[in-house]
Amino acid sequence: MDVIYTDNNATTKVANEVIEEMLPYLGEFYGNPSSMYTFGDEVGKKIRQARQKVADLINATPEEIIFTSCGTESDNAAINAAISMYPEKKHLITSAVEHPAIKNLFSYLGDRKGFRVTFVPVDTKGRLDLDTLYNAMSEDTAVISLMWANNETGVIFPIEEVAQKAREKGILFHTDAVQATGKIPIDVQATGVDMLSLSGHKIHAPKGVAALYVKKGIKFPAFLIGGHQESGRRGGTENTVSIIGLGKACELAKENLELMNTQVKELRDYLESRLLSEIPATSVNGDTKNRLPNTLSIGFDAVEGESILMLMDRKGICASSGSACTSGSLDPSHVLMAMEVPFKSAHGTIRFSLSHYNTKEEMDVIVETLIPAIDKLRQMSPFWKDGKMI
Amino acid sequence: MWDYTDKVKEHFMNPKNVGELKDANAVGETGSLNCGDALKLFLKVNENERIIDASFMTFGCASAVASSSALTEIIKGMTLDDAAKVTNDDISDFLGGLPKEKMHCSVMGQAALKKAIADFRGVEILAKPGEMVCECFDVTDLEIIDAVKQNGLSTTEDVTNYLKAGGGCGKCLDRIEEVIETAKATADNE
Repeated sequence: MDVIYTDNNATTKVANEVIEEMLPYLGEFYGNPSSMYTFGDEVGKKIRQARQKVADLINATPEEIIFTSCGTESDNAAINAAISMYPEKKHLITSAVEHPAIKNLFSYLGDRKGFRVTFVPVDTKGRLDLDTLYNAMSEDTAVISLMWANNETGVIFPIEEVAQKAREKGILFHTDAVQATGKIPIDVQATGVDMLSLSGHKIHAPKGVAALYVKKGIKFPAFLIGGHQESGRRGGTENTVSIIGLGKACELAKENLELMNTQVKELRDYLESRLLSEIPATSVNGDTKNRLPNTLSIGFDAVEGESILMLMDRKGICASSGSACTSGSLDPSHVLMAMEVPFKSAHGTIRFSLSHYNTKEEMDVIVETLIPAIDKLRQMSPFWKDGKMI
Repeated sequence: MWDYTDKVKEHFMNPKNVGELKDANAVGETGSLNCGDALKLFLKVNENERIIDASFMTFGCASAVASSSALTEIIKGMTLDDAAKVTNDDISDFLGGLPKEKMHCSVMGQAALKKAIADFRGVEILAKPGEMVCECFDVTDLEIIDAVKQNGLSTTEDVTNYLKAGGGCGKCLDRIEEVIETAKATADNE
């Protein structure tokens, strides 16, 4: 069965160009990039090029890039560095809709390590409450961490504006740009962020490789004590093959940025408008005017997400639901709850996240599959009667 | 992805006895939209208290739909007295088992059945005895103690998987832990 892959905010297909770039370094060129002979430096050279390509994508310099193993490691390293740089400061700020890599880390620091944490709320469109954020900033604030764009809804936060406010107050500013990278332009110099996390597997590189940008001049302490790698900040022999893949993926992401904001956005809009017009009692979550071009979070009243996913799975369609029925805990996601999305549509929310590999034909298959699937589930639902919610 | 049995998948894809039963003379409802799953069970019971037809409407995940479908298949043809003895384990067994995180789906089936039988007999279900522990999902300490003893549960996670208690706001998790200890202590003495 052909797979229709529309879950690119979860992970992406490794681009063929990326695989080709990596293969020689998985086989023939196995040298250690730190070695003092040409055979090792063949790899060292590729790593330097990869670092440059990652830097180019976000308008940084290569010295400002630290390679890590995943977005979560980048996020943890950034926040832990910030609090160790300012041991006297005991206040942290983030938002209520972060990825677990930040959300759970901040909860841990609050519950176990004695920090005061402000989780800035969002409105019903998923937009940040800037008044609360600005009022919370104080001399005691060690770091502010905000996602650039939300993984579930695609809603984009005003990073440049907040980074500037943080700079005026002398507060370190970190952004989790794992979802934003490769989808919208990112310029660390223009926005003035201090630290930024990005991840390879969201931009067609393999899993297990990511990066952390740290602005030059920040006294960033080592977090893996060991060798000289990553300027001594993260010791340990490099994940050479994947780093080379990440470099290629960043180069491609830069080239494809326009495609993402034209072709992919048009596909997303096409899918959205067909679903809204052809399936009744359907609504889009999040600020549609300020959202990633590839993401659609859409709620179908009176039905439940896992059931929808299972019916789509029969046709090979891959997407995510907005509620994790992973135990007796049936709550919709913390993102949808923070936005106060009504239960009637929150439980039936599906996230589609596209890439440039998707086609219009695939969007049509999704719509043609969903129309009877939603209808079937609604026929079964005690909350649906005569074509509407009861 | 859930490790559902073929039987669960079959009863989700092609559920039996779906929809409102027009001439039902007993109805039992459980769950709510906010909870994330809900079941409305319809029974047609004859003068000998035998269930001659049953149907359901369910909002929920695949295992909730499959559990509802299984329940109606199990009870069709039974007398109310026999049906009253059907447990959530019978529903789960009929389906070849459910992932333990999904056991509450079968519990929901049992609860709706109890309510439908009470509805037919005109018995009012009184306020539940015991002390309320989980307000999100309306679960008392006595229910937790029963579930712990019947199913050999040992952690708060187990209790959430079976009864949903503690799966909402989570405020009662500490209290659930105490109740589990009480249940274990009394079980040891029995």
